[in-house]
Amino acid sequence: MIYLELFLTFLQIGAVSFGGGYGMISLIREKVLIHGWLTEEELLNMIAVSESTPGPIAVNMATFVGSAQGGILGSFLATLGVVLPSFIIILIIAALIGNILKYNGVQAFLLGGIRPCVVGLILATAITMFMSTLFSFKSIDSAVIPDGKGLIIFAIIAATAVISKRIGKKPLSPILLILISAGLGMILYSL
Amino acid sequence: MRKYLNLFLTMFKIGLFTFGGGYAMIALLENEFVSKKEWIEKDEFLDMVAIAESTPGPIAINAATYIGYKMLGFLGSLTATVAVCIPSFVIIYAISLFFDAFLSITLVSYAFRGIQVCVIWLILSAGLKMLKQMKKTAFNILILSAVILCMVAFSVLSVSFSTIFYILLSGSIGLFIYALGLLREKKWAGK
Repeated sequence: MIYLELFLTFLQIGAVSFGGGYGMISLIREKVLIHGWLTEEELLNMIAVSESTPGPIAVNMATFVGSAQGGILGSFLATLGVVLPSFIIILIIAALIGNILKYNGVQAFLLGGIRPCVVGLILATAITMFMSTLFSFKSIDSAVIPDGKGLIIFAIIAATAVISKRIGKKPLSPILLILISAGLGMILYSL
Repeated sequence: MRKYLNLFLTMFKIGLFTFGGGYAMIALLENEFVSKKEWIEKDEFLDMVAIAESTPGPIAINAATYIGYKMLGFLGSLTATVAVCIPSFVIIYAISLFFDAFLSITLVSYAFRGIQVCVIWLILSAGLKMLKQMKKTAFNILILSAVILCMVAFSVLSVSFSTIFYILLSGSIGLFIYALGLLREKKWAGK
């Protein structure tokens, strides 16, 4: 039953992924790839759409995947699933516990252990996405086929982001970088 | 009733105009609820931010639920959370209906191949930024490297090991180290 599956999967994502936005990507990626709901390319497209439209990435992702798999009801249930754990947890904290971070044990669990883990998850996700998208290297058995044009785009985007930050002191907005990469993609892949 | 409507409209507006996820929204929330409307005090707001960042789920949802509850109790938190979700839900649902057709245009698909590359950069740079901000204690570096190594290696070797386990394990290790520290302190105090 797809509706229940959507609800439960996004409920899990909402309940255990920390760090918001990109922190949640590694678990979202794992779940949508395992279920075959999105391919790696579709996932990257959706992250770009999420970055360029308002709202939390996790909610956008749940709405999109839900809609593709189960129409408006699927969309609603997936979104409900991803929001519900936050809603319940925060309600309990606000109503009963107060600032949980004043307890040292909670701090040790959340800030001590989970924070470095989330940083690691984001970096590892970027590395595996880099290998699978730009080298089509998905597992040890797959042949390494570098995507030259993709690598050029990556180099240009990275250089633009780093240099503009040096010069302008303020990082370029992700939306601007996405627009530049779209232009580069149109030009390079048309050649 | 007026207060609910006011809360609903403010959260709706924030949901509609926040690009780039949780952290961008915190600034908007502060502007609306602390500076302009003075519904929430600065200290309470800072507590809220710390809690929203360290509990699971999208930061925006955590923040909306917390603020809604502090202002108007359970119904307030429900109002705030629903209001902040509606804009993303409607926009992404609409996009999901014609996204495939849009992508079937050749030039658009080229643009998105470029965009996919850019998203990998965005994730990588988000991870690197968090890495820079992370305290470089031996413990943090150990957890971080272990997570990156295991995750990349498992993905290459096609071993399935859920992200959930990394998160729970790291949290437990953080707690364990903390408990160990407490025990040692007690021993010292005993001597």
